[in-house]
Amino acid sequence: MELISRTPDGPIEKSWDKHRFDLKLVNPSNKRKYKILVVGSGLAGAAAAATLAELGYEVECFAYQDSPRRAHSIAAQGGINAAKNYQNDGDSIFRLFYDTVKGGDFRAREANVYRLAQVSVNIIDQCVAQGVPFAREYGGLLDNRSFGGAQVSRTFYARGQTGQQLLLGAYQALERQIGLGKVKMFNRHEMQELIVVDGVAKGIIVRDMVSGKVTSHTADAVCLATGGYGNVFYLSTNAKGCNATAVWRAYKKGAAFANPCYTQIHPTCIPVTGDHQSKLTLMSESLRNDGRIWVPKKKEDCGKPANQIPEEDRDYYLERKYPSFGNLAPRDVSSRAAKQVCDEGRGVGPTRLGVYLDFSDAIKRLGAKKIEEKYGNLFEMYERITDENPYEVPMRIFPASHYTMGGLWVDYNLMSTIPGLFVLGEANFSDHGANRLGASALMQGLADGYFVIPYTIGGYLAGIKPGTRISAEDPAVKAAEQSVAERTQRLISIGGKQTPTHFHRELGKVMWEHCGMGRTEAGLKKALEIIPQIREQFWKDVCVPGSGQELNQSLEMAGRVADFIEIGELMCRDALERRESCGGHFREEWQTEEGEARRDDENFCHVAAWEYKGEGNTPQRHIESLKFENVHLATRSYK
Amino acid sequence: MEKHLNLTLQVWRQKDATSEGTFVEYAAKHISTEMSFLEMLDVVNEDLIHKGEDPIAFDHDCREGICGMCSMVINGRPHGPKERTTTCQLHMRSFSDGDTITIEPWRAKPFPVLKDLIVDRGAFDRIIAAGGFVSVPTGSPQDANALPIPKLNADLAMDAAACIGCGACVAACPNASAMLFLSAKVSHLGLLPQGQPERYSRVRDMVGQMDAEAFGTCTNHGECEAACPKGITLETIARMNRDYIKASLTYRPEAVGGAAG
Repeated sequence: MELISRTPDGPIEKSWDKHRFDLKLVNPSNKRKYKILVVGSGLAGAAAAATLAELGYEVECFAYQDSPRRAHSIAAQGGINAAKNYQNDGDSIFRLFYDTVKGGDFRAREANVYRLAQVSVNIIDQCVAQGVPFAREYGGLLDNRSFGGAQVSRTFYARGQTGQQLLLGAYQALERQIGLGKVKMFNRHEMQELIVVDGVAKGIIVRDMVSGKVTSHTADAVCLATGGYGNVFYLSTNAKGCNATAVWRAYKKGAAFANPCYTQIHPTCIPVTGDHQSKLTLMSESLRNDGRIWVPKKKEDCGKPANQIPEEDRDYYLERKYPSFGNLAPRDVSSRAAKQVCDEGRGVGPTRLGVYLDFSDAIKRLGAKKIEEKYGNLFEMYERITDENPYEVPMRIFPASHYTMGGLWVDYNLMSTIPGLFVLGEANFSDHGANRLGASALMQGLADGYFVIPYTIGGYLAGIKPGTRISAEDPAVKAAEQSVAERTQRLISIGGKQTPTHFHRELGKVMWEHCGMGRTEAGLKKALEIIPQIREQFWKDVCVPGSGQELNQSLEMAGRVADFIEIGELMCRDALERRESCGGHFREEWQTEEGEARRDDENFCHVAAWEYKGEGNTPQRHIESLKFENVHLATRSYK
Repeated sequence: MEKHLNLTLQVWRQKDATSEGTFVEYAAKHISTEMSFLEMLDVVNEDLIHKGEDPIAFDHDCREGICGMCSMVINGRPHGPKERTTTCQLHMRSFSDGDTITIEPWRAKPFPVLKDLIVDRGAFDRIIAAGGFVSVPTGSPQDANALPIPKLNADLAMDAAACIGCGACVAACPNASAMLFLSAKVSHLGLLPQGQPERYSRVRDMVGQMDAEAFGTCTNHGECEAACPKGITLETIARMNRDYIKASLTYRPEAVGGAAG
């Protein structure tokens, strides 16, 4: 396997323009002869499906939810970055590029990140034109706020519901194309297999989640926009249904999986209350603009109510350790700092796995009304879940699995190592390196969907003769259908004693402990022993009631968990091989005296992409070297 | 403080869209008040699987009150007893030890039951597809700040845009009307300058689709507003009615022009 990044040469400011010009075009009257499948309907998927249909391609879009509007992009709260420099505070495309490369701890591809920063400005224009009700100033112009890890105000937001509003914008554009008959939408359909003919992606197999019917869809190109694999940890901020089955099928068919160990643990989530916990709820990190994070200085104070701990006995540890960024330190740094103080026994709340996020100073300074205006819905949500009023007592927060920077490897055109298979949004690995900055996921999803794939897929399709799609009767299609049917049958017929959730929880515990915020060689090796045991147990003892020919949520869950177990193993393998600390990947053996991540640029300034080598064989690790010609490799410092 | 409850559930079970449904009683024991309502159902389901029975099917996804997927009528109220709270955000501390809880799917003709508590809300998507958008192909817009929008209008548009499309308004309405859902979108886009060119065709087309889907008409009960987890107000319906009347009075069939060149 060869990893050819197809990154354009020349000055980075011109590379996307030049590349776009160099891409071949598809004749307008030929576009309708090409069929493109888009799997997933979140920001990346909906934006891509709508835009490709506008261009004239025949598009089919698939979602596991009952409507494209429910994709988990909808839950993003804080905002979307764009280098508009509306606030005149020194922002620019180059600065957004610089911040993103640095924030990713120098493990992203420069050219991709530059393109992302460039098209960020178009995204805002597009969204406003669609009617996205971004926050505005009294003069009627758009408002901005600063967001985790940035020293300029470049984040556009719609209260605490930015993801919802951006997704509804893309969803409405998609529904318009559905209404016009240009996109055929398949709700409640889950991708089960990728069809590959002579090494080229030619379609997918899906299961209708209502009838259980398995059908094939053949096409000229396939786009996966299926999100991340954060649910490997069982407890995460992902939706319950978020899964990695589509990317895992693609991996097993030859798509390289890049940097699986790069996962983001978000610092501000509501702490776990007990074993019944099914997911974790994020509190937008925009709260860190006005909230101050602290724990008691003394262990013995941890059980006391917060307001009985005097100011001098509080440790505002982020402000202390990182005076210039303070409470806005990047996510990986903040999460680790929270873990550290809890490990020291200074955590708060019933489980002692929590730190305070305190608004009392901000309420004194700005008044409760202003705070309500900014964060009202978040405060409400917090109170609904915890039964505590954050206007009166500080919130309690703790880190949780949130986002996965790793994903299928893609070239500059967003094409995977399987020709014809494109990967968009969180599902690919491309732009965030080892750590994603706040408000950058929405930016990347929409950039890929609205402004990158519509160009690059044309360059690919222009090289394919129109009307050469394989038929549904092709042996490759039949074989793929067969393998899906067999897998379903296998899951149903085990008839064991444990529920799919049981195994998911077991896996989550192992991953959180050994492949979470702190990783060690010994821990990862241990995880690599336990996970295959979980897998073996799963295939022996899982219980899936009902049949494959009906709406069967246990079956859906079981299929996803089976894949998570395998991904977990690959994550640990990748984490073990990456003998350095960078961004979200913190190997405890590689830290500075102050406990900060220590990169090893000499040996690990590269992307690690894993190639599947068949059942029972160790996957092969390939590397794509990263060059930093515009942002010089430096140690990240937020002090 | 965490407490534990023993509850009796009366749950609507229905094998599929064509089968008859019925209520089935289940005991939910030792339920922590810290659990969400869906987590309580998870516990009951785990138990059912262990007993070799078919678990209760219900729609859910984000579990943080924003995706709009969860949909159940709890003790006669869509999303349960707590105001402005979706089922997934409802916590068991809202119930007392010994309670009997009735759980049903949304009941409305345009939302057929698919299984147990799961219904088909495809009609909502079709209403949006009929006109709930601004026709703006990717790549064509002007600079985002070229068109200032008064803060009040932007805020009111956001209030309406907060709709999560869950369908509680329809489930609560004695007529199964979709007016609150529809008017939220009409208001959101109608309050913004970007939505003006299609303002009147939008409302006409969306109402046309709503009628075609066999939703009932609005008779001003206000049940929808009370059930809405996102606080969409009846004011949006008033706004929509105004636009609809104007749209009906000023309707002109589209001019058919010849192709240029």
